[in-house]
Amino acid sequence: MMNYKSGAAPRPGPTTPGPAIKATDLTVVRGPRTVLKGLHFEVPQGQITGLLGPSGCGKSTLMRAVVGTQAKVTGTLDVLGEPAGSAPLRSRIGYVTQAPSVYLDLTVRQNLEYFAAILIPGRGYAGLRRDYVGKAIADVDLESHHDALAGTLSGGQLSRVSLAVALLGTPELLVLDEPTVGLDPVLRRDLWNLFHEIAGRGTTILVSSHVMDEAERCHRLLLMREGEILADDTPDALRHRMDTETVEAAFLRLVDEATAAENSTPQASGNSAPQTSGNSSTKESSR
Amino acid sequence: MNTSRTLATAARVLRQLRHDPRSIALMLLVPCVMLLLLRYVYDGRPQIFDSIGASLLGIFPLITMFLVTSIATLRERTSGTLERLLAMPLGKADLILGYALAFGTLAIIQSLLATGLALWALGLDVIGSPWLLLLVALLDALLGTALGLFVSAFAASEFQAVQFMPAVIFPQLLLCGLFTARDTMQPVLEKLSNVLPMSYAVDGMGEVLKHTDVTANFIRDALIVALCALLVLALGAATLRRRTA
Repeated sequence: MMNYKSGAAPRPGPTTPGPAIKATDLTVVRGPRTVLKGLHFEVPQGQITGLLGPSGCGKSTLMRAVVGTQAKVTGTLDVLGEPAGSAPLRSRIGYVTQAPSVYLDLTVRQNLEYFAAILIPGRGYAGLRRDYVGKAIADVDLESHHDALAGTLSGGQLSRVSLAVALLGTPELLVLDEPTVGLDPVLRRDLWNLFHEIAGRGTTILVSSHVMDEAERCHRLLLMREGEILADDTPDALRHRMDTETVEAAFLRLVDEATAAENSTPQASGNSAPQTSGNSSTKESSR
Repeated sequence: MNTSRTLATAARVLRQLRHDPRSIALMLLVPCVMLLLLRYVYDGRPQIFDSIGASLLGIFPLITMFLVTSIATLRERTSGTLERLLAMPLGKADLILGYALAFGTLAIIQSLLATGLALWALGLDVIGSPWLLLLVALLDALLGTALGLFVSAFAASEFQAVQFMPAVIFPQLLLCGLFTARDTMQPVLEKLSNVLPMSYAVDGMGEVLKHTDVTANFIRDALIVALCALLVLALGAATLRRRTA
């Protein structure tokens, strides 16, 4: 399970045995809103951690904080043993934004060639870059479209190009913001198989989704709601603890309990949401 | 800063353009057509064509590069590719110089075509060296790239970006001495024109028009345009943020 040594062998960097991501009192403010409210969590190395929750609960903001593109982050957030957003991390993390961020007026291969040249610059590495590009295209199953203009691809194909960019150069941490949105069931299954294969090579994956059946395929889950973490557990343990058949049912029960706790008196807050009870009790109890 | 990343960025921008031949054709041909038009508008007064034509050789690259850069960098910002690039090990200078290099190359081609047409086909009468005209045109292109990059930070959409063209370029166009000599303007406007970079671009072109060799005024004008371009490029770099709200 934790065979990360094999994947990241040639790197001299600190392949620390600790968690891949460690957040202490992580808070993010966007405009008038506090989007993340003092989160504490850890993401273990070499595993797939799913970040789940309804739209607007702060998943993307959390991911942007991890890759270091989010402003106004307070608290402590360490990624691969270094403060999030520090320069040495930029070549060690692969990041896929929610909207496919590739150049529509370049072909699939030209897109990957450019991003590879940013990641591993220099004439001497041209061969290595070619290998990385070929491998990334094969990983996302786009060999037949490698010469197609990105702008002519379907939505699903385009998001796979965006994913391929993040796979370049075997990053130690992959941060994937809803990578399977708009994909058909066959592709989604294939991609999740790919994620497991990549995690098997030792890469840590933090992947967000609001499709709950994908939660079952994660090693660990972080369930979020309104900028707080409702649960941090394995899918099995979560189902068992909430006494439900599926993660989806467990999540819904957690949400209902949290809502009920917010709406009733502070001491009635449920025992299942230790992270939220402190914050929710300070809120106005009625709205 | 890293030369390989800068060159890779410039090559990428040019590759993007190559997939858009219509834009290339418009960028290269429209200035030529305008000069042709101007030549026959002033058919009876060739000395006016000389002075306005020479100024326009400096103004076209500025306007074209302003438009192209503001839209291109705005697209980087809104498509998420800028966020992705800045999350990768890319220096801001690599990105900006990459753009400047790519569009500078295009500006050279555009200026070669326009200057060649004006001098040899339309009979534009220039006393100085055509290479000096080309040098000013290139500096103007750089200034246009810098202004476009800077302005794209304040545009939320391509619609707004295009509106910045009249806002940023037209006042300079009116005050740069193209329509009337700057020292005959109302004194406040004359002072204003003294601090706008396009005025020096047009002055520089005027020097080449009237003098056989490189004058001190020409050097001053060219330096001012170049320094303005660098200053605005630095301001543009400051608008590229790795962390955004």
